[in-house]
Amino acid sequence: METYTIIVLLLAATIRVAAPLLLAALAGLFSERSGVIALGLEGMMLGAAFAAAAVSAVTGSAWLGLGAGIATAVALALLLGFACITHRGNQVVAAMAINIMVAGLGPTLALGWFNLGGQTPQLDGPGQRFMSLVWPGADAARSVPFPGLLYAELLSGHHLLVYLAAALVPLAAWVLYRTRFGLRLRAVGENPLAVDTAGIAVNRLRYQAVAISGVLCGVAGACLSTAASSGFVRDMTAGKGYLALAALIFGKWKPYPTLGACLLFAFTDALAARLQGVALPVVGVVPVQFILALPYVLTVLLLAGFVGKAVAPLALGTPYAKEK
Amino acid sequence: MMKFPRLLLVLAAAAAAAALHAAPAREFSPAIVYDFGGKFDRSFNQSAAEGAAKFTKDTGIAVREFEITNAAQREQAMVQMARRGATIIVAIGFTQASAVERVAKQFPDVKFALVDGVVDLPNVQSINFREQESSFLCGMAAAMASKTGKVGFIGGMDIPLIRKFALGYTEGAHYVNPAAEVFQNMTGTTPAAWGDPTKGAELARSQFGRGADVIFHAAGATGLGVMLAAKETGHLSIGCDSNQNYLHPGSVLTSAVKRVDVAVYKAFAAAKAGTWRAGQTVLGLADEGVGFSLDEFNRALITPEMEARLMQARADIISGKLKVSEYRAQ
Repeated sequence: METYTIIVLLLAATIRVAAPLLLAALAGLFSERSGVIALGLEGMMLGAAFAAAAVSAVTGSAWLGLGAGIATAVALALLLGFACITHRGNQVVAAMAINIMVAGLGPTLALGWFNLGGQTPQLDGPGQRFMSLVWPGADAARSVPFPGLLYAELLSGHHLLVYLAAALVPLAAWVLYRTRFGLRLRAVGENPLAVDTAGIAVNRLRYQAVAISGVLCGVAGACLSTAASSGFVRDMTAGKGYLALAALIFGKWKPYPTLGACLLFAFTDALAARLQGVALPVVGVVPVQFILALPYVLTVLLLAGFVGKAVAPLALGTPYAKEK
Repeated sequence: MMKFPRLLLVLAAAAAAAALHAAPAREFSPAIVYDFGGKFDRSFNQSAAEGAAKFTKDTGIAVREFEITNAAQREQAMVQMARRGATIIVAIGFTQASAVERVAKQFPDVKFALVDGVVDLPNVQSINFREQESSFLCGMAAAMASKTGKVGFIGGMDIPLIRKFALGYTEGAHYVNPAAEVFQNMTGTTPAAWGDPTKGAELARSQFGRGADVIFHAAGATGLGVMLAAKETGHLSIGCDSNQNYLHPGSVLTSAVKRVDVAVYKAFAAAKAGTWRAGQTVLGLADEGVGFSLDEFNRALITPEMEARLMQARADIISGKLKVSEYRAQ
């Protein structure tokens, strides 16, 4: 029973950690499938995290914060699009520029507006954060031995954006594979010339794709600062944007495998948090440094050996120049 | 043609001589360089700023301040202040140690004070704290408040300073309850570990899951996540560095405070009075340099019996009857 409880709590932690990662990875999915490298996820997410926390702190509404986060991330995405799609700039350089700009701009604006050392105020007023939603009967179900705990801990008790992230996976798969827009989006990432000869505007499609990626990054950022924690602090994304990109590649640019990759990364992270200082059978207490390196070691091993060849969209990273 | 530059040289030499002559007569001018996080970080730097403000209020002497936004600015800021005639420059945070060392060598007549680090030079005062003493008291408070007999510690970056907190805390918990179990987690091994509240919350939830019901954090902004997780799951947390009781009233048991303000004020006051000395200064419970916080936000959580035991232990540590070990890096 003890072991069962630990496993359920571990899985619940996996879901919590996976949500922002998954949202960012789906953002990357749309961007990369259209042929635009998604290295800017980190910056868009961080910008959204800052805007969401700042607006929520001022207005007292997490929903307005979410809106501001999305608006900020979309603005950054369009800026990236302007540099890379319209002016055919180097996508890696432009995305890194955005990441570095946001990393400095967020704390600077926070310092100017709130005077709290580059953080936003703590969000603890009613409605300033997305709180955990407890499903009906969850507390009563806890006492039911087996499925009760599963229901109370694993399904119930997450914040709204976690459920949203989960719902977005089938939606993304449907949009990509079952709609005309999705077909065109995938085509533009593989062979933009063919799309162009069919009379469809390549650049417009790519702008739409990066805007969608902005919206999703906006939700991911708001998830970090107004749901998973209470306010913005410097560099709070802590590399999650890059990890999301790794998950996307690991998931071979497909929605469901990407979900699997995000869950795996989140699981190793949650496991690392729980393994520290715990004596394991045979080996005893594992050194902290080894535990902290575990998710990265696993990533390298998996990417190196177990997933097979990951084939990127053919036109990824190449700007499209219409022939005159 | 050579006459003109030579004349300039002579003039320059005269000016330099005048400046040298004027130097001893210059008035007292204190300066302070904050670390990352800035003046109003609700923690370490803010405490330093309060000390500087108190000094200005008490003496009417303005303190020059500098808030760095990137690492390269530290040295520039100190050189600028030294050139413009600062008498004493206080640098906040262990990351400034190398900058202090270089600038202190360049300006042997200027006094420097480094908080939370050691630089061994004839014009540098290194101010450190006995964090293990306040951590010990917090460990006692945690063990007394715990119903499960299990308490937790979450550190930021894995460095000797944080191990020092952890050791004192563990000893304090065992002092009250020898059978107490103390879970210990570090957030990471890079400076990013100071600013990851999501990870902090996750680590806290894992410790609560293992049965802990009080967690002490020494993890900077990561700790905000720890305290939030404690509040959301109905457990207790203990704040660090500055008094964080007000963050979540009713769920913050107490805070291990480090009186950086006292250190800054004392350094300025000593320099002004002429009693300033270079070398190591260590502030502990006896000097009011560290302690635990008790205010209207946690009054209801600390029972009179707990308070009595804590005050007794405090007195015993000060008198030397109770020894708290200090973590030494291997």
